[in-house]
Amino acid sequence: MRLEAADRVRAGVEAGSSFEELATPLLKPLYNFARWLSHNDHEAEDLVQESFAKALKSFSSFQQGTNFRAWMFRILRNTFLTSRSKSLVHVSIEEEGEEMLLPPDPQTPESILLNSGLHERIQVALGRLPVHFREVLLLCDVEEMRYQDIADTMGLPIGTVMSRISRARRLLRGMLAEDELRVAR
Amino acid sequence: MNCEIWQDKLDAFVDLELPAAELRDFQSHLRGCAACSAEAVARQRLKSQTRLAGQRFSPSAEFEKRMLGAKPTKARWNWLPALATAAAAIIFVAGFTMFQQRARGHELVSQLVDQHVATMASVNPVDVVSNDSHNVKPWFQGKVPFSVDMPNLDGSQFTLVGGKVSYVQQNPAAQLVFAVRQHRISVFVMRETSETARLGEDAGPSRRVGFNTQSWTEDGLRYFAISDVNPNDVRELCERLKRQG
Repeated sequence: MRLEAADRVRAGVEAGSSFEELATPLLKPLYNFARWLSHNDHEAEDLVQESFAKALKSFSSFQQGTNFRAWMFRILRNTFLTSRSKSLVHVSIEEEGEEMLLPPDPQTPESILLNSGLHERIQVALGRLPVHFREVLLLCDVEEMRYQDIADTMGLPIGTVMSRISRARRLLRGMLAEDELRVAR
Repeated sequence: MNCEIWQDKLDAFVDLELPAAELRDFQSHLRGCAACSAEAVARQRLKSQTRLAGQRFSPSAEFEKRMLGAKPTKARWNWLPALATAAAAIIFVAGFTMFQQRARGHELVSQLVDQHVATMASVNPVDVVSNDSHNVKPWFQGKVPFSVDMPNLDGSQFTLVGGKVSYVQQNPAAQLVFAVRQHRISVFVMRETSETARLGEDAGPSRRVGFNTQSWTEDGLRYFAISDVNPNDVRELCERLKRQG
């Protein structure tokens, strides 16, 4: 359904491409993703750097013709999870208890979207989202990955990806609606 | 209308992941269901806004230089040995720039696709509703910084539905909506800029995310047509627009 050919260009997946040719265009999106995950400039740089190093090391095993972009994002995501599992701050990537976080459906989504400052408010809300919701929205909405590529990146069944996207958007809208009410008071 | 069966598919719709058969059924449902249309538009807008808001962070110039620069002398960046020579660096930077330009072109296409989808999902897809070009053309006066030429549709299968002002890359654009049988075609008309130039020269209709699109420039204006109708119909409407220009 999506940009089949364009995705191939964006992923840089052409037979015989070198690692540099494939990886370099992904520097900025990977950094953006890493920064959103880590909330820290230096950690984001370290994540990207380490991911590039890991990817280069494993590049010989990468299957040309498959989705290089999803592969790189998967490496970065795993690097992030590994770094956090080593630290004292534990970041849960599981869905356990996530239903408790979901607010009721906002009643006036149009009013949310028509208000000023939405750009900044979405950024704040994105930053507040639990990381497993944040990452799936970043991959789907910002990176415009197909569901299957997101599933490959996150190592999840596609059905789980779809339900997580739906929950993430519901949560995001709930946050924006709450913010709207708070401002109106 | 049974909306319940479609509620769970709204996200797949805005993500352009609905299979073709379901997409047709859903679009048919949207035309008769104001509630689902409003919800689809709201989700589409949130998705678009999330995409823009999510592109928030850029690597520092220093970091980018370390990763991509022509002097990868630090040991930890020795994975780019090809950049060790100035010649390789020039080729590399040129290639990177070209890729960035292509990527930005795809971003623009995504933006136009989003606007077309949102328009199709809307209960009120156009702001000026008229099949008479003499009503639609003057409506744009003062709203967009150029004159919008209307195609001659006499004897054709196309009818004008109306128009609205859209914003593409923060610039005003005229969005014309045409009907052909049960399909709709959006034609965006905007001033040509370095950003819109990335859409390239006219190469006839091409397939993008399930839609057929065609883009060209004329008299300093950029045209972008998009529809789920077959490419021949897209081409014919574009030819009529060109003849009028």
